[in-house]
Amino acid sequence: MTFSGWPAALSAARLHVVSGKGGAGKTTVAAALAIALASGGRRTLLVEVEGRQGIAQMFDTPPLPYAERKIAVAPGGGEVRALAVDAEAALMEYFELFYRLGMAGRTLRRMGAIEFATTLAPGLRDVLLTGKAKECVSRTGPDGRRVYDAVVLDAPPTGRVVSFLDVTKAMTELARSGPIHTQAAGVVRLLHSPLTAVHLVTLLEDLPVTETLETVEALAAADLRAGAVIVNRVRPQWLPDRSVTAAANGRVDAERIRAGLAAAGLDLPPDVLDALVTETVEHAVRVHAEGAALARLDVGPPLARLELPQLVDGVDLGSLYELAAALVEQGVAVRALDAAAS
Amino acid sequence: MPPCLDVDALLDDAATRVVVCCGSGGVGKTTTSAALAIRAAERGRRTVVLTIDPARRLAQALGLETLDNEPGRVADVGATAGGADARSAAAGRGELHAMMLDMRRTFDEMVHAHAAPERAEKIIANPFYQTISTSFSGTQEYMAMEKLGQLAATGEWDLIVVDTPPSRSALDFLDAPQRMANFLDGRMIRLLSAPARAGRRGLRKIVGAGFALFARAISTILGGALLADASAFVQALDTMFGGFRERATATYALLRSPGTAFVVVAAPEPDALREAAYFVDRLAGEDMPVAGLVLNRTHPVLAALSATKARGAADGLSGAPLAAAVLRLHADRVDLADREERLLSRFISAHPAVAVTRVPVVANDVADLDGLREIGARLAAGGPEPAPAEVSTPLRRAR
Repeated sequence: MTFSGWPAALSAARLHVVSGKGGAGKTTVAAALAIALASGGRRTLLVEVEGRQGIAQMFDTPPLPYAERKIAVAPGGGEVRALAVDAEAALMEYFELFYRLGMAGRTLRRMGAIEFATTLAPGLRDVLLTGKAKECVSRTGPDGRRVYDAVVLDAPPTGRVVSFLDVTKAMTELARSGPIHTQAAGVVRLLHSPLTAVHLVTLLEDLPVTETLETVEALAAADLRAGAVIVNRVRPQWLPDRSVTAAANGRVDAERIRAGLAAAGLDLPPDVLDALVTETVEHAVRVHAEGAALARLDVGPPLARLELPQLVDGVDLGSLYELAAALVEQGVAVRALDAAAS
Repeated sequence: MPPCLDVDALLDDAATRVVVCCGSGGVGKTTTSAALAIRAAERGRRTVVLTIDPARRLAQALGLETLDNEPGRVADVGATAGGADARSAAAGRGELHAMMLDMRRTFDEMVHAHAAPERAEKIIANPFYQTISTSFSGTQEYMAMEKLGQLAATGEWDLIVVDTPPSRSALDFLDAPQRMANFLDGRMIRLLSAPARAGRRGLRKIVGAGFALFARAISTILGGALLADASAFVQALDTMFGGFRERATATYALLRSPGTAFVVVAAPEPDALREAAYFVDRLAGEDMPVAGLVLNRTHPVLAALSATKARGAADGLSGAPLAAAVLRLHADRVDLADREERLLSRFISAHPAVAVTRVPVVANDVADLDGLREIGARLAAGGPEPAPAEVSTPLRRAR
């Protein structure tokens, strides 16, 4: 079953992984979550790993380099930074760290060697990407405090997210020794701890709900922790509950509507009235289907559920703040760092 | 206004041999592919639809409960099934076959086709092959194109409709075959597999000291075992390189041939339309023929009444909750349609020559053949303009 709101346990998470079925709006939700978690003077990092520059497009900035940039302020003095992780650049970082390749490293890159290495070992790419996220989560500043209160990862969609997060198995099989092996083990410890929560963005439709429920199961099987189910693009229901089922089956009292409209001074021709009835039936069918989708979520395992409204003006920077405010209103927050420092 | 995507003309044209449906994830590509295939079959063409990862109920509707990597006949579809357009001249031939891609098996078959049995077994048993045939990031795309090539080569089909994998980017399936062929016969892997030809010292001289350092680094990072597996794999595969490259080139040529039509699928959402725009540009750049854009799940306004007027009237109503609800849901619908209009007109102004058809949303999930037929009818009836109220097709009712 699902319950509304953001439980306290999720406020202890430092790495918020956001996934969802393609088209459900996970990048938008990840961005809104990063703003919401930064509210009240916190600092968050929004990370993308799929090379799409979705964050830059959303915040209407030039493409992000492989560097952490401030992209937004949050209400109450908070700050959101963003990072587009590039697997090749991340691999170069490791090369530099472990081998001090210097010039040779750049030569290899020109030869296509880096692309080759990330292609050779499927999973290496994911290890590097999640590894970079882990580094950001645990990085401390000169004062010994963590740099980021929370890191929000715009992760691959539901179909791939479990294998993306559960790279260790593949990596321990492929790279049986070496620094990458050690690195992968460290990442896995973080991903399987209460410091990580995997949020799933869904729509109230049959397929996205099915994928969400399947992913919740797959996460549990991989010993990863599902965070909140975030229901996106919720549209208002105007018909009273008692009318929905009848209307969804085509039973709409057209005469009552006509009389009501006439009372409001609207004398509509019969074809417009018919069209309104058809729209009403469509609305009812959708509301009915959404109710069924919600009921399916409710019989699943216990999960926190958040809702975000459909934005009619599209997704621009202003509307991201609207969505962030809706999340804060539902309790989204991150616990003060001192309490969680270890 | 852009031209109208005439779906029936496209499907009826005997010169159309392959229809590729592409677009970003979650826009209804698989449903669109299936609906186009059913419509083509019922208009008299012997059709096969290659789906990648259909939702369970859609798979059931197409009789795809089992994954056998070969097309199976879909019962109740075809000229005799009483489809809406069953009376066309060539209708007698219409049949629908459907299949779901099994990428591992397709890869195995390809290895068997290019190598002697003993060597094929050796390749297939290699741990590196097992990883690459199931989890290389482009394998699914590569195998989808390979399967398309195989289906086309049989000459058995009037029309092949292909769904494309839900890629990180909608363009991946175009690049994957080439990328994978490059990878498998690329310079790096040859360098690593060089010991078998006793040419390693010579090659080292050519690429310089950087390679030695790289080889050491990569074997430490990836683990020596992986490199040994990869090297053995590449040696075993050596004789197949030519075959791989040839196949990739042949598939690419098929995609560029006049008998192929790309249908770009999008939903009226900013991300999906942005991907669709990239895709149209990319296809044009590759000289690949774009048939048009299918804009799925639109919400046309049926009643001619402005949102402002409807909301004003609702605000003034008391004691008529049903009428007020109707006015407000109508006003919301007008706003939503306006938003979709703005998004589409942005696309059109950048791509004025691309033909468009809109497919009004079906409120219930499409889960049976009749649902797919209805989507097919909407695909054929739609155009670049929003559907006027009087031609909107009747609604499906909730069960």
